[in-house]
Amino acid sequence: MSLPRSSAEISALYQEMILDHYRRPRNKGVLENADASVEMKNPLCGDEIALQLQFDGNEIKDLKFSGRGCSISQASASMMTQLLKGKSKEEIGAIRTQFRDLMLGVPSAEDESRLGSLRALSGVARFPARVKCALLAWNALETALADSE
Amino acid sequence: MNLYRNARSGELTVRADFPLLANNPGLHYLDSAATSQKPTVVLDALRDFYETANANPHRGAYSLSVRATECYHQARTRIAQFLGVADSDCLIFTRGTTEGLNLVASSWGLANVGSGDEIVVTAMDHHANFVPWQVLAMRTGARFRVCELTGDGRIDLDSLRAALNAKTRIVAFSHVSNALGTINPLGEIVRMVRERSDAIVVCDGAQSAPHFPVSFDSLGIDFYAFSGHKMLGPMGIGGLIGRRAMLEEMPPYQTGGDMIEFVHDDRTTWNVLPHKFEAGTPNAANAVGLAAAVEYLDNIGMDRVIGHERSLMLQAQERLSAIDGLHVYGPPPAERSGVLSFTMNDVHPHDLATILDGEGVCIRAGHHCAQPLMRRLDVPATARASFYIYNNEGDIDALVTGINKAREIFGYVPA
Repeated sequence: MSLPRSSAEISALYQEMILDHYRRPRNKGVLENADASVEMKNPLCGDEIALQLQFDGNEIKDLKFSGRGCSISQASASMMTQLLKGKSKEEIGAIRTQFRDLMLGVPSAEDESRLGSLRALSGVARFPARVKCALLAWNALETALADSE
Repeated sequence: MNLYRNARSGELTVRADFPLLANNPGLHYLDSAATSQKPTVVLDALRDFYETANANPHRGAYSLSVRATECYHQARTRIAQFLGVADSDCLIFTRGTTEGLNLVASSWGLANVGSGDEIVVTAMDHHANFVPWQVLAMRTGARFRVCELTGDGRIDLDSLRAALNAKTRIVAFSHVSNALGTINPLGEIVRMVRERSDAIVVCDGAQSAPHFPVSFDSLGIDFYAFSGHKMLGPMGIGGLIGRRAMLEEMPPYQTGGDMIEFVHDDRTTWNVLPHKFEAGTPNAANAVGLAAAVEYLDNIGMDRVIGHERSLMLQAQERLSAIDGLHVYGPPPAERSGVLSFTMNDVHPHDLATILDGEGVCIRAGHHCAQPLMRRLDVPATARASFYIYNNEGDIDALVTGINKAREIFGYVPA
């Protein structure tokens, strides 16, 4: 292992897309008449998220999140809500798997167009200590979907 | 040792004594409140024990085991001397501070605390000095009271006074806050407790033993727990110091080999101190390593250790306070040990720590195992830089450079 980490890796991590979603989070707030609602905390760092989903049959009609945390966790939540609105549960299942692959550093995931702006988070894979930040919203999503079954 | 190269400014220059730091010139280690780096003399002591004295202490009749036993006992005596304990049998080796505090909570606590009694801790305590007492209170039906803090992160002595009464059985507090660096007024706290209750006083010394002179026999407290790995020693060794009369009264914490006297089919009698509290094969090698660490610290002098840290902390405080949007938590620097806990605008401490990592700067970001404190500060996390003997001005330069880099990335200064 080389000490310290290179600052090029840091620049690759903090892409403008991530900072933009951190500063101006999309779909942040509280959803009236939510069908599923989950609160989740990362006990290691204190990041927290509340995620609410509204379904229309098999589709996510609307979703919102609130909470606080680092740029990675907040940007991931913001981009996730943006991408999943209007998607079917099957589509969401595939996206979830692809996003986890992206966090594991699976090369093909970086080319997966279905991940859209979430690909800006690909740099996180090189920071094992930060992967849990990016996954917080997705873990909340998984719990919310399981609860709604 | 190369202590005095920079003697003119009175600063320590011992970085070369620490192989990990010497081998990584670009590394700026500012997380010694979490764990310290290890000097060559400690690594050599470990290797030397395993190469020349390794056997199970207290077991064999052969001379190698006798040598291992001697090394282990000499280590105890040396560490007791360092911490001002005349009766070295009252220093029980543990895995660290956490185990020492759990030992008191389980052994003294379960034997002496009952329903209607009260236990007092403070809102700045590390989880290791908070949760064991909370659990003890739940098990025994005692009332668990949390002493509040002042706005600048000191123990609110009025709140402490109000929490003390004839029902108080235990008062536990940290000598120095790991999250803020606050040095608590131990003497004043002890006087207050003694005046108002018959409680025992338990002190978490994890952040004091490494940084300034501590003499247990003159502190007037009942128990003091510390960790070796924060004071240049190996991981997995530390100690609990207690008063002999209390330790002799207390039931064992764990049972097994070494801590027994006679084992009958229907009952067992206990070994004498310190063995009664050291069940199983002792961690002799790490005790020897820790003895080498305190020898090294003594050669420097603990007054110089705290002087060096304080000088760095003052410089860092001055330079960080000048950064727009940066907020330092805790009391004024004169009332802190070498810890600087801060936040900057809306840059989350984890982002700060990652960006600083890119500059080779290691800081801690998070709740510092002090969630009750973070709730009172109303922040989910802070960034914490902590200083020790091997740090220097270059580390502060790198810290400031990294913080400015974070400002640039997050758009607080024109790119």
